[in-house]
Amino acid sequence: MKNNFDPKKNYRETKEKIGYVSRKDATQNDYDRIGFMSGLEVHQQLLTGKKLFCHCPAGLYHKNNDYDAEVIRHMRPTLSELGEYDGTALMEFKTKKEIVYRVKHATTCTYEVDDTPPFRVNREALDIAIEISLLSKLNVVGEVHITRKQYLDGSIPTGFQRTAIIGVEGVLELPYKKIRLIQLSLEEDSCREISDIGHVRTYKTDRLGMPLIETVTYPDCKNPKEVKDTCDYIRFLNRSTGKVRTGIGAGREDVNVSCRGGSRVEIKGVAHTAWIPNLTHNECFRQWALLAIREQLKKRIADTKSWKPTHENLKFLAFNFTHEPLIQADKAGYSIVAVNLPDFKGMLSHFTQPGKMFANEFSERLKVIACLELPNMTHSEEIKPSIKSDDFEKIKKLLNAGENDAQLVFWGPQDDMKTALDTIEERCRMAFDGVPNETRKSFENGTTIFERVLPGADRMYPDTDSAPIPLEDELIEELSKTLPDDIITRYQKLKEWDVPEDTYLYIFSKNLFPLIEKTVNDLELNPKFIATFFGHTLKRIKGLYTTPQDFRYNVIYHLFKFLKQENLCFDLARLMLPIVLEHPKMEFESILTTLNFKPVKKQEIFSKISFLKEKFDKIRISDKRQDSIDWMMGQLRPSAVGNVDLRELVKEIEKVV
Amino acid sequence: MNEDIFQGYKGAALETLKKYNVRVWGTAHIQTKRGPFDGTVLPRSENDDDQHIVLKIVTGYNIGIDIRTILEMEETGYKKANYKIPEKEFPYTPNLPKVKLIGTGGTIASRLDYRTGAVIPAFSPGELYGAVPELADICNLTTEKIFAVFSENMGPKQYMTLAKAIGKEIENGVEGIVIGHGTDTLHHTGAALTFMVQNSPVPIVLVGSQRSSDRPSSDAALNLMHATYAAGHGDIAEVMVCMFGPTSDEYGLLHKGTRVRKMHSSYRSTFRTIGDTPLAMVSRKGITHIKQEYNHRRKDRNVKIMPYFSDKVTMLYYYPAMKPDIIDSMVEMGYKGIVIVGTGLGHVNKELYPAIERAQAKGVCMYMTLQTIWGYVHMFVYDTGRDMMAKGIIPAGNMLPEVAFIKLGWALGQTDDPEEVKRIMLTPINDDITEREPYNGYLVYQGGIPEVEEFIKKVHK
Repeated sequence: MKNNFDPKKNYRETKEKIGYVSRKDATQNDYDRIGFMSGLEVHQQLLTGKKLFCHCPAGLYHKNNDYDAEVIRHMRPTLSELGEYDGTALMEFKTKKEIVYRVKHATTCTYEVDDTPPFRVNREALDIAIEISLLSKLNVVGEVHITRKQYLDGSIPTGFQRTAIIGVEGVLELPYKKIRLIQLSLEEDSCREISDIGHVRTYKTDRLGMPLIETVTYPDCKNPKEVKDTCDYIRFLNRSTGKVRTGIGAGREDVNVSCRGGSRVEIKGVAHTAWIPNLTHNECFRQWALLAIREQLKKRIADTKSWKPTHENLKFLAFNFTHEPLIQADKAGYSIVAVNLPDFKGMLSHFTQPGKMFANEFSERLKVIACLELPNMTHSEEIKPSIKSDDFEKIKKLLNAGENDAQLVFWGPQDDMKTALDTIEERCRMAFDGVPNETRKSFENGTTIFERVLPGADRMYPDTDSAPIPLEDELIEELSKTLPDDIITRYQKLKEWDVPEDTYLYIFSKNLFPLIEKTVNDLELNPKFIATFFGHTLKRIKGLYTTPQDFRYNVIYHLFKFLKQENLCFDLARLMLPIVLEHPKMEFESILTTLNFKPVKKQEIFSKISFLKEKFDKIRISDKRQDSIDWMMGQLRPSAVGNVDLRELVKEIEKVV
Repeated sequence: MNEDIFQGYKGAALETLKKYNVRVWGTAHIQTKRGPFDGTVLPRSENDDDQHIVLKIVTGYNIGIDIRTILEMEETGYKKANYKIPEKEFPYTPNLPKVKLIGTGGTIASRLDYRTGAVIPAFSPGELYGAVPELADICNLTTEKIFAVFSENMGPKQYMTLAKAIGKEIENGVEGIVIGHGTDTLHHTGAALTFMVQNSPVPIVLVGSQRSSDRPSSDAALNLMHATYAAGHGDIAEVMVCMFGPTSDEYGLLHKGTRVRKMHSSYRSTFRTIGDTPLAMVSRKGITHIKQEYNHRRKDRNVKIMPYFSDKVTMLYYYPAMKPDIIDSMVEMGYKGIVIVGTGLGHVNKELYPAIERAQAKGVCMYMTLQTIWGYVHMFVYDTGRDMMAKGIIPAGNMLPEVAFIKLGWALGQTDDPEEVKRIMLTPINDDITEREPYNGYLVYQGGIPEVEEFIKKVHK
């Protein structure tokens, strides 16, 4: 059974064969070739004082070890309203996790731990959700029905999330294309995970129950950049109301991706929109790779139904294992099992994502479904083999493996072995079909790992604890009155003002447009100057100083108002800004004193020019004209700043030199 | 047209469906002033208004459409849902005990009711096994639904039916009995069965759930496992209530039917033994005894069924400045027994005395129990107590108010003789009155106190 198979070469060749290109080099043609398709589910926390279904405060967070009590639960699948069990539900049940909730009195009542039925929905949150639905051009429902959406991962102690549709079928107008929306829902936020080790998963309940909206788009995005732009647009739209939370974790998105012939895969909890392009790019190619694997397997295996892996338990002492995880596994008394995958040779080292091969898909599922902690396996196509070749030959013999087969060796507690074997066989069978529907966890480097089986509509169930809430026309009309302008309208206005495009992201992400507009209109200032001041100057300087927690951007409006009233030059704003940011409550006069500013009349400054010219002619450190201008500017600047436009002063100096 | 095709719809909403010829479970395209909507028309809860139509949209969510906004509506298809728990035949395993599960309704087994939008009781052995397959590892289970009522609708008639059914099962040789029951009056039934089913050779375990079995975090499955274990493998041959010990999914407690009480409206760990310790802890791994004295399991079948009850019994929860006409009207209505739930050590105001005297003269049996729940009636401590005893009110020791009510009904079901009633009332059947209150029988800790906080942080409550 000699073979010259080179996994590294195979990895490289399969990568080339599927036509993988890096995102940097990818063009629309590449995305069209593999049929890139993507849509988003954007989650946004709402800015309310209390949680959605109880009266606990929202927005208070605790450290992992700061808790008052622990509650333990197990989750069991139940039937949906339509009488079917959900796929994820069954998978989660297989994993038999013990879920530990760390609760803190300050943020958790008996509602969060599911020992009290829900109170009436937070009206403030409902109104914000309706406003954002209207802004998103969604059809607002006539009656809100609270629905239970099953989550058996334990992230919600009830085993379901209370959620309700506020609007359906909307549209977003990006500068270059329209993106359709499926729906917007109002829901309670879930727990934050602390750890997930073996059969115990630990959560904290501080965030649990906070009001959240989820905006879902159709898969209208045809390349990674469109996905990010759409995401930014939705986030800016949400922020334009001024009624949503900002900061870490306040906005999170799930990204749905598929390639032509692939399946919908959901990349969960993407923390930064900047990660979206790489993640969607890689996921689409991962699916493309899985389809290539399917084609090869189809050629090799005529009857996939009767295809069956075989396995053998390995006795540690019968081999010369030096791989550290295997030694540890033996010490822990774990079972070590070898599996033969007939006709899978070359598949395990098949490219899937940058730095990842098909074998990783097994390892990830073993961790999640069978609760085997990583590292939990090795295989016959490792680039750096963990098991020496003579040992592997022994294993192959034991398994009666053929030349075209591949082998996995995994380890873990005896009780989990059956689930582990089922998991491996299941994943192989999925390879015959192509791309499994699943949710995947994202990483900063643009790769993803398996998280869960993708749940379907089967996990919906009406909430028997809540009555439907009618939304009358009058309420909707009332809320429509105070809606902010559309983002696209603001975008066009900035363009009209000739404001540099690189300021837009900052202006929209901080929702500064209304303030810019107010400053421009009330004080009759140059819109380009003001918008650029906010989008460039403020952005740069704010990064350098720490502002107090209760800082409001509004203070900058008052700064310009002050300068205008005092008839001072607007250049002063740049000098004053650092102090304004650090001490927003300080009076503007005091700031000027701190800066040693003295009001001097323009003519008085200009009058010194001729005197300085004579002086420079005397000391004459250089013959160059520019040097004399610079020297004179240097002498005049301290008293000129704020009193005269410096460009005007330069012109004045140039007249005499 | 058959009315059933518009399940739950009434008034204007019903007229709208009829007008556009759209049925419940029909898929519909609806044009409204707020834009178009697509989905399956669902039945509507009868208690909801007649201004909306419920739609399940393609993503699985439900929404309501305001009929006043509807411009046009068309049925484009039809798909009726079939809500059914997969039924599987309960497998037989040699050497496992024979346990009978008797269903009475309640949230231990329930399903969604589209009519009311709430959960209704449902019960079938196959369904149960489909939902909790672990039961097959514990016992050989057979089931029988003898009625399907909510806990609050359980009453004397059901107690007696249940007692007779239990008697029959014991004669037939079961090794344990589990009774699925709604939780609200679980402790009333616990007391009633203790009195009506005496000298049982096998465990009789009452069980319910605080979170209905249609939710993933339900306590139903674990409670059922604990109950069937206690019934099939346990040695305690008494009438017990088996419910969560802590709110966590950890272990259940076995409480005596006469000393248990529901203490919280919605907590999982709502049942507590009052004035004593529970009989035992039960988990899937086994039973840990707390009380060392109990009635042991026996091989014989010598159970004594005493299905008696007079419904001419009532309870009077005393409040300050209560007027005597309350008692007078009870007597006038023909009540033969009154359980008074008095304040403190067992008191009512002096104003009631004449009415109490009139009641005694008519032969009404009056027993004093406590609003404090914990502790004994002590009517010798104050003169007022002695006065009341002189007027015929009998202190019921530390019998719980609900237990005293059940027992008085049971006693009056057997005899009208006040002396005989008194003998029955004051002779404990199974710790309905105890001689001693152990030091750890009353532990209501206050949150916030440092040592209590330390305790709940370390121990899953």
